[in-house]
Amino acid sequence: MADFLHMSGYAFYVWTSYALAVGALLLSVWRARRNLARARVAARRRVAMKGGQ
Amino acid sequence: MSSPALEIGALAAARNVVARDLLLAFRRPGDWLQPLAFFVIVTMLFPLALNSEPSVLRTIAPGALWVALLLASVLALDFLYREDGHDGTLEQFALSGQPFAVLLLAKTATHWLLTGLPLAIVGPLAAVSLGAPGGSMPGVLGSVLLGSVSLSLLGSIGAGLTLGLRRGGALLSLLLLPLLIPTLIFGARATQLAILGDSAAQPLYLLGALAILSLTLAPLAAATAVRISLE
Amino acid sequence: MAWTWLHRFGSPPHFYRVAGKLIPWFAWPAAVLIAVGLVWGLVIAPPDALQSDAYRVIYVHVPNAWLSLMAYTVMAVAAGVGLIWRIKVGHAVAVAIAPVGAMFTAVALVTGMLWGEPTWGTWWVWDPRLVFELVLLFFFMGYSALRGAIEDPDRADRASALLAIVGVVNVPLVHYSVVIWRSVHQGSTVFRSGGPAMPASMLWPLLVAALGYTFFFGAILLLRARAEVLNRERSGSWLAQLAED
Repeated sequence: MADFLHMSGYAFYVWTSYALAVGALLLSVWRARRNLARARVAARRRVAMKGGQ
Repeated sequence: MSSPALEIGALAAARNVVARDLLLAFRRPGDWLQPLAFFVIVTMLFPLALNSEPSVLRTIAPGALWVALLLASVLALDFLYREDGHDGTLEQFALSGQPFAVLLLAKTATHWLLTGLPLAIVGPLAAVSLGAPGGSMPGVLGSVLLGSVSLSLLGSIGAGLTLGLRRGGALLSLLLLPLLIPTLIFGARATQLAILGDSAAQPLYLLGALAILSLTLAPLAAATAVRISLE
Repeated sequence: MAWTWLHRFGSPPHFYRVAGKLIPWFAWPAAVLIAVGLVWGLVIAPPDALQSDAYRVIYVHVPNAWLSLMAYTVMAVAAGVGLIWRIKVGHAVAVAIAPVGAMFTAVALVTGMLWGEPTWGTWWVWDPRLVFELVLLFFFMGYSALRGAIEDPDRADRASALLAIVGVVNVPLVHYSVVIWRSVHQGSTVFRSGGPAMPASMLWPLLVAALGYTFFFGAILLLRARAEVLNRERSGSWLAQLAED
């Protein structure tokens, strides 16, 4: 296990790359979902305002 | 009853555009003299900022020259469409019935005569000031002249996209400079070979290919860009 | 026949609904394939003769690099559809892709640096492939920057679309730069005429990860495009129905 984490001395490069890549994936999912949620809220508000006229 | 604008052929219309732009340019010499001055100043900055020892300068001369050339060219694009965009002339061109791309190409060609050509002439002198041997001047002239054609043509696309925008100049640099990188690479290489006294044939051929490619594609793209901006 | 399909897909409510249904079909394969691919590459694939474990960076570097090119191409095509056929959904898709493409490009560049330092001995080198990939990042940023600078939404759509199309020449440049110029960056090891030059034990996890990333791209594209389509809809009666969604 220790060998695995050590990555024959290249631990920093390998683990940072993977952390960065996976982190970027997760971040983009989070942002995209938040984006859609906000768009829906705004759309509902627009519909409600029109209905109120 | 045909519109008066169509009573002359496209080539004659283009000639009229060239004549008009040249006349207007001589009434506003600042427009095309400033990029030239900018080029000289930027070139000057390199020996001042770096080691001014001749052998070092000669090494950086091609790069410094071409960076200054690119920046000056982008600066000069400001006046390509500015006035005609403001006073509605570009709209007249679009509505005239003449091929829009031809009229804009005429403007770009005139703009090149006023900016690209003078920069190409001053280029070898700047190179010599950076330590290039006098005999390299024709080679430097050739490389800058050929490269400036692509710079003007590709620049007309960027200028069209950013026409009339508030911080258009800064945005233009951001958008255009990446597009100009191949010209920069081949041009600097050609200039470097000329300074070293070697044959610059290969990069010059590539510059020529870029120029031809730009000449075929850029006018259409520029016309589309300007149309989009005028709507 | 194909045109009716395209035009139907171009209708915002239709796109919104269909995209919503499609997302799970992209998201789940993406999650599974990426997880499998990366674990396979990290744990099971054998160490390289020259680079030992440092080469394992390729399992994140290469998919991101490939996807950066794919994302830009799809963005340019979508923008082109919007510009030429005036199908607004095209612009919405392009807008949706821009930040994602920039992310792929940035991750490709940084993981590339993390691979370059132990193997070439330097973080960065002014090499054609690296330079053109960096230029790709600038084009993604330029697309968004141009949009932001133009107030009129139609002009913003069309101007940025033209920019995206003009910039597409950069994509083949990135790929073929290692062929045209002698480069520090290794030549194509997968997309070559003689077939891949990598042993199967190393190649398979890479392909799995790359496929996973492609599905991921599809999922994110649809997710973001749905939001964009929604934001653009000013009137549409279909908005009321979606309140139940």
